[in-house]
Amino acid sequence: MKIRGAQILFECLKKEGVEVIFGYPGGAVLDIYHEMPRHNIRHILVRHEQGATHMADGYARATGRVGVCLVTSGPGATNTVTGIATANMDSVPMVVLTGQVPTALIGDDAFQEVDIIGITRPCTKHSYLVRDVNNLASVIKEAFYLARTGRPGPVVVDLPKDVIQAYADFKYPKKVDLPGYRPTVEAHSGQVKKAYQMLKKAKAPLIFAGGGIVISGSTEELVTLANLIQAPVTCSLMGLGGFPATVADKDGGRRPNPLFLGMLGMHGTYQANMAISHADVIFAVGVRFDDRVTGKISTFAPNARIAHVDVDPTSISKNVDVDVPIVGDCKNALQQMIEIARNEPIEGVGELRKGWLDEIAHWAEEHPLSYCRSQDVIKPQYVIEKIYELSGGEAIITTEVGQHQMWTAQFFRFHRPRGFLSSGGLGTMGYGFPAAIGAQVAYPDELVVDIAGDGSIQMNIQELCTAVCNKVPVKVAILNNHYLGLPRQWQELFYEKNYMGSDLEGSPDFVKLAEAYGAVGLRATRPEEVEPVLREAFSIKRPVLMDFHVAREEGVFPIVPPGKSITEMLLA
Amino acid sequence: MIITDGQRHTIGILVQNVPGVLARIVGLFSGRGYNIETVTAAETNEKGLTRITLVTTGDERVLSQIVKQLNKLVNIIKVYDFAETEFVDREMALIKVRAEQATRAEVLRIVDIFRAKVVDVSPHFYTLEVTGNEGKITAIMELLDQIGIVEIARTGKAALARSKKH
Ligand SMILES: Cc1ncc(C[n+]2csc(CCOP(=O)(O)OP(=O)(O)O)c2C)c(N)n1
Ligand SMILES: [Mg+2]
Repeated sequence: MKIRGAQILFECLKKEGVEVIFGYPGGAVLDIYHEMPRHNIRHILVRHEQGATHMADGYARATGRVGVCLVTSGPGATNTVTGIATANMDSVPMVVLTGQVPTALIGDDAFQEVDIIGITRPCTKHSYLVRDVNNLASVIKEAFYLARTGRPGPVVVDLPKDVIQAYADFKYPKKVDLPGYRPTVEAHSGQVKKAYQMLKKAKAPLIFAGGGIVISGSTEELVTLANLIQAPVTCSLMGLGGFPATVADKDGGRRPNPLFLGMLGMHGTYQANMAISHADVIFAVGVRFDDRVTGKISTFAPNARIAHVDVDPTSISKNVDVDVPIVGDCKNALQQMIEIARNEPIEGVGELRKGWLDEIAHWAEEHPLSYCRSQDVIKPQYVIEKIYELSGGEAIITTEVGQHQMWTAQFFRFHRPRGFLSSGGLGTMGYGFPAAIGAQVAYPDELVVDIAGDGSIQMNIQELCTAVCNKVPVKVAILNNHYLGLPRQWQELFYEKNYMGSDLEGSPDFVKLAEAYGAVGLRATRPEEVEPVLREAFSIKRPVLMDFHVAREEGVFPIVPPGKSITEMLLA
Repeated sequence: MIITDGQRHTIGILVQNVPGVLARIVGLFSGRGYNIETVTAAETNEKGLTRITLVTTGDERVLSQIVKQLNKLVNIIKVYDFAETEFVDREMALIKVRAEQATRAEVLRIVDIFRAKVVDVSPHFYTLEVTGNEGKITAIMELLDQIGIVEIARTGKAALARSKKH
């Protein structure tokens, strides 16, 4: 029996286990919307297509499943570009369904026609224009397969209106036919062995873990290996939570993980940046040596031999020369290495490491992460510490981009993977709030908090309506410094305090704004109000926007000035 | 990564002949700042497979990134870095050269030496077809230039590995 393209689409989505679509309609996709109510898939109607993409992204990062969004042709499609690029940079599995004008009109500058495949080609993992309804099912199958396997990423599927209206037999293919796509999952055992031998002989080893740990779900393996070889661990921004910053105590509390050094790089901890600069062997797993991590590349990790695991061969030896390249899934490589480490343990490793770990502890004592506390003004770091404390570190945290993001990375001690969602590679302001909605849709009963800036929150503030209408009880904590704080800090330090363009005085009253949208608005202007506001917000089962008026000109420290080595940190 | 100089490399690329595949390759090069000196593409004897030969410049690190980035494209079946294998390569040039009374004999002599062919004749011009490696094409161009090249169209290089089937 032949069924319509629109129905085929939903049959495919159900086969892929899709439970929610973040979408926004328009002429080119009305056939899909017409079909939608007949299928048991939740639709979250957003208020801007960018919001839909970040929601699908947040959903995907929080769950590990493929996030799906659906938009119309032309402007609907172009509005997804930032979200697609964000997901692409951070390896987030996502399928973006875009409407397209009928095939007969493609190329004629039809109403709401845009070459979205062409526009998104450089920022997708792959993309498809479906020209024939008979290919629809296999394209959807491939799109999901590509999105979630290997190094995950966004896949765009462009759906011309006539294809969606046409009829075909539906058969969901069992297998994909992609002769050019065979990601290497199994790490080369010889290379893993070599890497272990290097680590075994190391006097000052360091594990550098990134988003690949989170994506491949290999936190447990990483912890096991780090303990076996007693190597300290530092994380990239994307890796936070991939190695627990704290460990459970006997009395039910949590204490700092002695092997965790915190984040590395431009706003990394003193001990992490010093450790990588003094390490003799670095075992890098699921990272890509981004310039925000390495600082001045010619002086990065000058003494170290590097072994590097990544599922994406292009990440290896791209920015930093690597001595032992290992292409493969992080989990697989770590499992192999653990086995070797168990068979060939490092004799007296505890004693052996003492000197190195003491040296690191000394750095940590010398310059710990800190800030000047205040009785008079709210310090942004204090709000983050309180969110950590009141949630027991269990909340799913998203951030926007700016100072608040870096303080969150520094002061919220993430102890589990997929609990920290932030736009690392692209640095997209406006990411955090819709991403929080996406995460909350996946986990309706968990506490999900977007730690936001007063600038960033205004980039997708319209999604307050989405949260209210769909009863998604996300919490937003705006660390309101009335500045585009990060640019302001750079202007303070590197541009003669010329705050051109970074003063945000004149923003709306966020409490009234929340109320106008039907959400709850709360405000704190004094330190003693912070905890009560948070407690109240966390007890309300509705969306809450909190406006914390924080110290205006607080800086993020340490900071490595652009172009400097990561040991050249400004500490205050 | 913007490449200013470096060595020339020939790369063979076997791709699925699907819409947009060339755009993906060319976009990869422009987006990442790699150079394309020449590129040729045509379907092979196997249906649905196209072989592309691309000449680029860059140092070893760049070349290795190019090969890896190409391999990452979903529609690319195989990438041959000819820096690592022996290969044969040829290109074809159509050269329109001034052929007046006084120079015709000289043009024909050159055609003969280079085993080129005259494929079109008009009152004032000959159009020649010459096939060979880059050195040969350059050499004939230099000679003909002294007589007067009017226009030239080159195909760019096509290459195959020498030994077994790849
Ligand atoms: C879409 C986008 N535009 C511009 C920037 C550049 N940028 C980075 S941080 C920042 C300021 C963010 O301000 P705010 O959200 O108030 O955070 P704060 O730094 O004050 O904590 C800007 C403009 C960006 N990252 N993303
Ligand atoms: Mg701000």
